[in-house]
Amino acid sequence: MDLTLTDSEAGFRDEVRSWLEENHPGSSPEGDDQAEFEFRRAWQKRMHEAGWAGLSWPEEYGGKGATLIEQSIFNEELARQRVPLPANVLGLVMGGPVVIAHGDEDQKERYLEPILSGEEIWCQGFSEPESGSDLASLKTRAVKADANGGNWKVTGQKVWTTYAHEAKYCMLLARTDQDAPKHKGITYFILDMDQPGVDVRPLRQITGEAEFNEIFLEEAEIPDENVIGAVGGGWGVAITTLMFERAGLGAAAVMGLKRSMEDLLAVIRERGLDDDPVIRQRIAELQIGIEAMRLGALRTLTQTMKTGIPGPEGSLSKWEWADYNQALTELGNEVLGPEGMRVNTEWSYRFLRSRANSIEGGTTEVLKNIIAERVLGLPRLR
Amino acid sequence: MNFDLNDEQQEIKRTAHEFLAARFKPEKVRELAEARSYDDALWREISELGWPGIAVSEDDGGQGLGMVELAVLLEESGYACAPSPLLGTAGAALVISAAGSDEQRAEWLPKLASGEATGAFGGFDHGANGDAESTLFCDLPTADVVVIFHNGGAFLAPASDVDSEAFEAIDATRSYGLISEPSGEPLAGDVGAGRDRLAVAIAAELTGIAQRTMEMAVEYARERQQFGRPIGAYQGVGHRCAAMLLATEESRSLTYYAAWTADAEPESLPMAAAMAGARGGDAGWQVPASALQVFGGIGFTWEHDLQFWLKRGRVAGRMLGTPRDHRERVADLSGMGSGAPVAA
Repeated sequence: MDLTLTDSEAGFRDEVRSWLEENHPGSSPEGDDQAEFEFRRAWQKRMHEAGWAGLSWPEEYGGKGATLIEQSIFNEELARQRVPLPANVLGLVMGGPVVIAHGDEDQKERYLEPILSGEEIWCQGFSEPESGSDLASLKTRAVKADANGGNWKVTGQKVWTTYAHEAKYCMLLARTDQDAPKHKGITYFILDMDQPGVDVRPLRQITGEAEFNEIFLEEAEIPDENVIGAVGGGWGVAITTLMFERAGLGAAAVMGLKRSMEDLLAVIRERGLDDDPVIRQRIAELQIGIEAMRLGALRTLTQTMKTGIPGPEGSLSKWEWADYNQALTELGNEVLGPEGMRVNTEWSYRFLRSRANSIEGGTTEVLKNIIAERVLGLPRLR
Repeated sequence: MNFDLNDEQQEIKRTAHEFLAARFKPEKVRELAEARSYDDALWREISELGWPGIAVSEDDGGQGLGMVELAVLLEESGYACAPSPLLGTAGAALVISAAGSDEQRAEWLPKLASGEATGAFGGFDHGANGDAESTLFCDLPTADVVVIFHNGGAFLAPASDVDSEAFEAIDATRSYGLISEPSGEPLAGDVGAGRDRLAVAIAAELTGIAQRTMEMAVEYARERQQFGRPIGAYQGVGHRCAAMLLATEESRSLTYYAAWTADAEPESLPMAAAMAGARGGDAGWQVPASALQVFGGIGFTWEHDLQFWLKRGRVAGRMLGTPRDHRERVADLSGMGSGAPVAA
């Protein structure tokens, strides 16, 4: 057991840290969503030119081939220095890795570079209004008018699609075989968003902003060469995607919580609540939870580096993150007094936004099912 | 960066697990608990394995390993719910190692490390009316030497010199005592580091208690049928079990990290120990309590073994500071003002 960084790990951290210090773009412009997005696109371009954008990608595809621990160090540094997100988060974290893992040579040639540079933004079309946690029950259909050729025609509705209004491509799951068992009739497509059959509408959320979209598909066309993996093999491809989503993000999530905790402690000091015994207990409880999450993520990382596969224990981190961020923002909202209730402030935004934490990327209930079944070996839950 | 036990530590864990499983079967735990006694022959075996002195330096007659190795042993001891003076003895040795003079070390450490003498520890807290009140002293009735925390310092005294009484706790797998007033020779060194290490030692035992009771509950939830299916197939039970895993793993992560800092990064120990103490204390009670709920009525009976872990977990997590006290310290170390005095 040795929690110190090795010389090469420490060297990597120093390299990342100094590059970020010299190249930090500042905070993104507020109030103008389009300007903010272009700011992040420019930032991604700068990261790509220095080779950081595809950190985890193999070198032959324009990445750095970084180890899991290096990815974790990198993400932690990004959060520590409060660096804005790159524009093409979903392309970098999911789209690219899926094309690398399951795509053919033509697809790799066509799609990877524009993902890295931020030139082509990707979004993800998985969830549907009637298929949330039970994703495999999705109903969006892709059919071929002519069995011997021609394009797939896709009809259906997708929801909770981040960046859909900016996206050139969508990672789309659609049912191609109505008769197969539900996990087996699904195909993974790359959908060109720029066509008449695709209608994107913003989905306004309780914070008042529209971070997500709905996508309405009406005979949208997809050529055969845009199928990833085998027709009917989309579920397996999607599972890999979701694994990529979780891997390596634990460290960034923890650092984000630590940054929020610093902000919260500053508010508490400013309002003279340092000595309130109840607040002290609640702060301590949060500090302990955040630290336990940090250490748990490191233990998981050690295990994953040994076995090569992220285990279901990652579900614990996601559960902890949702619980602790909600508790933290509730406390922030509370200690601010009436000001905490003012609309469109930093803390009222964080407070409201955190309600989604226990739903997005796997509800806490589903995570508990995964833990009970796959870690503890309990029977299938209902 | 490698947050896992190394090969040698894994081997210690495996050996301890097998030894304790063979020597302290649940019926043996029950027999000793009902007699409220330890087994001298088993203590000699434990001593021959070098456990009491595993973290004592070789110069002082120990094995010269570290806090992580001691945590491994204590986790397994909690897992087995083994009645023995291991925690009191290894715990007293931790404090004497950290804070004792050359004479104190020479007098006690070799004897504690070899198991020839046994130890106890406890302190004086601010009780209900603000008066100094004796905490439970771990392993006092059988001890030869006792560490007494008081007002940020500590005394060391031969157990025969202190005015004490035995205390029958709800936990019958360990002996406890009370002391009438602080006395003895002062321990002049780094008492704080010793006390932090003790908090980690206790958290390690509590982690083992949480692990075992979680396993008991999960096994039962797989087998027990109601309404025609295993109760573990109901989310009400399954999610409860998932929460046990979370509590246990958080306790384990914080405990092993704190144990690692004790030897490798001592400046991080105070915060890490307070966090481990808090989460260990919570997990060591909440997990067995939750397990009892999974067992239902049978878990409430005297004939069921869960009670031994449940009671030991409750007492150990409040023996030398409650989870609330540890959290108070975390708040202090987070830079939140002064806070009310809570711990001895």
